[in-house]
Amino acid sequence: MISKSLFTKLGPQSIWIVALLFLIAAVVPLLNLALPESHPLHVPSYLVGLFGKYLCYAMLALALDLVWGYCGILSLGHGAFFALGGYAMGMYLMRQIGTRGVYAHPTLPDFMVFLNWEELPWFWLGFDQFWFAALMVVAVPGLLAFVFGWFAFRSRVTGVYLSIITQAMTYALLLAFFRNDMGFGGNNGLTDFKDMLGVSLQSDGTRAALFSATAVALGLSFLLCSLIVNSKFGKLLVAIRDAESRARFLGYRVEHFKLFAFVVSAMIAGVAGALYVPQVGIINPGEFAPANSIEVVIWTAVGGRGTLFGPIFGALLVNGGKSYFTAAYPEYWLFALGGLFVLVTLFLPKGIVGVLSQLRSAAQKQLGQRASAETGAKPEAAE
Amino acid sequence: MSPKEKQPLLYLNGVSVSFDGFKAINNLSLVVERGEMRAIIGPNGAGKTTMMDIITGKTRPDEGEVFFEGDTDLTKYDEADIACLGIGRKFQKPTVFENHSVYDNLALAFDEDRGILANLFHNETRSRRGRINEILDTVRLSHRKDFLASELSHGQKQWLEIGMLLAQDPKLLLVDEPVAGMTDAETVETANLLREISKNHSVIVVEHDMGFIRDLDVKVTCLAEGSVLSEGSLDHVASDEKVIESYLGR
Ligand SMILES: Nc1ncnc2c1ncn2[C@@H]1O[C@H](COP(=O)(O)OP(=O)(O)O)[C@@H](O)[C@H]1O
Ligand SMILES: [Mg+2]
Repeated sequence: MISKSLFTKLGPQSIWIVALLFLIAAVVPLLNLALPESHPLHVPSYLVGLFGKYLCYAMLALALDLVWGYCGILSLGHGAFFALGGYAMGMYLMRQIGTRGVYAHPTLPDFMVFLNWEELPWFWLGFDQFWFAALMVVAVPGLLAFVFGWFAFRSRVTGVYLSIITQAMTYALLLAFFRNDMGFGGNNGLTDFKDMLGVSLQSDGTRAALFSATAVALGLSFLLCSLIVNSKFGKLLVAIRDAESRARFLGYRVEHFKLFAFVVSAMIAGVAGALYVPQVGIINPGEFAPANSIEVVIWTAVGGRGTLFGPIFGALLVNGGKSYFTAAYPEYWLFALGGLFVLVTLFLPKGIVGVLSQLRSAAQKQLGQRASAETGAKPEAAE
Repeated sequence: MSPKEKQPLLYLNGVSVSFDGFKAINNLSLVVERGEMRAIIGPNGAGKTTMMDIITGKTRPDEGEVFFEGDTDLTKYDEADIACLGIGRKFQKPTVFENHSVYDNLALAFDEDRGILANLFHNETRSRRGRINEILDTVRLSHRKDFLASELSHGQKQWLEIGMLLAQDPKLLLVDEPVAGMTDAETVETANLLREISKNHSVIVVEHDMGFIRDLDVKVTCLAEGSVLSEGSLDHVASDEKVIESYLGR
């Protein structure tokens, strides 16, 4: 039975997390829309929007963890894939504005009219169709990751050098997208969105639906990543991370395995970006900023790389902290973030979730030893 | 017998390689027959590991020919290709997948499809499990099956790596200093293990330990400064003036 083998492959923990995410996707909109504001369980719309954003970040951190935590590829440019997915969605949303722009041009977005452009550039064609934009959301980040990874992994660029060129990649895109003649709205980016799939982005219902879609997308990404890391392929990723040359001399084409993981990861990041843009209402070149990508690394490290729940937890925790701090003590946030990163790197190399699961398995081992001492059986190490 | 089977398994002719002007391998020629086990000795820096690097595609020779099974020019292939052609290698410093169980280390080495999809949709079969358990027995690690490789002793890691070679089931095994850091008992055990393996594999063993080489009881090649100094039975090599002078006598 498929469902049964799925269950044994993933283990109960992963199933619980996916189930929880799907439950959140179903319940939060209900608590937001169906309950009156006076009800104690009512979830206000601003919180729905805020957590929707956090879930997008969690998805981005999950994507990073697939390559960093499991395959040792420390990408300092994952924000670029997120931003590209966001731009693809932004282009669709721009085209949906139609004649409601300031200049009321039938096809051209406002910024193009402002730049005196006569017609839509070729790369904007098709973005009036949702299915096409949705395809580009995964195709564009995937293609960039493929081309970038093809050259980087084939030339066996690893470690710090690889991190630096991923950082350079996102920085180059930042500079490119700032230019007006790139055709993506330059400095201001894409904004003033009106509706999506025919419904207003401003309505509470749409916002709740976007939240649900994000929770479901995160759940599905988590499922996909779990299936990958629990397969023999996933064990191989870890093997490559720990002893790349051993894997190579066993006959594995290490560069192909890395490339596959990198492309899948970039696509997940792209979807996260695409869900982010309609919720925050804007995408601009700032999303390519190197600092953004570094923040993703911090979320993942804090939560625990090499565990799939860790990056999700880390993204929620750090961003929750950021929202609190920037409101309460705005001047201290960066120090708190930096301090947290230093603390985690020094004392919790496996992150919070990593430490918790270590404690748990240590406790289990002790219990097991006690039990086996009582029965006189040989201890079996946990898998 | 087809002509291919008459050819030597491995044929190195006039191979040289230099690093920044220093000739690590200098006009080296070596022939290993099918089914043969060959021991290679020589002082540190003689080029033994570099020779393995050349055979396995890690280092490209500046000059010379390297042929496998008669007509396969190994200098045209990279590490992964050469591994798939049937040459396995144990590193000088034992290298295993520390975060995987002993069993999984062998499973990853197991001789089967190296493609992405095959590994994504891989299902463990009973016959494969049986084969892996056999290998666990051969390398004396059955009782450590579920332990992480990082929990093994140094000697056990060496054995695990040899076990991974067996799982890979290559035609030729290159084994670089398998008994370095082992106790005497482990060394004797390793010699037995290699003799067992050599019954149905060709093997090249690099080692310093003369007692161990004597236990193997096979043809010996002594390298020095990148080329062959002497070749023959251990007694022949050990009594060679040049060998005594450059290696044993020191
Ligand atoms: N990649 C390399 N770059 C520079 N020098 C090297 C490299 N590999 C080996 N050498 C040099 O080549 C010589 C032979 O080394 P090696 O093959 O490791 O010797 P052995 O294994 O016989 O002890 C040594 O002097 C070593 O320093
Ligand atoms: Mg050596």
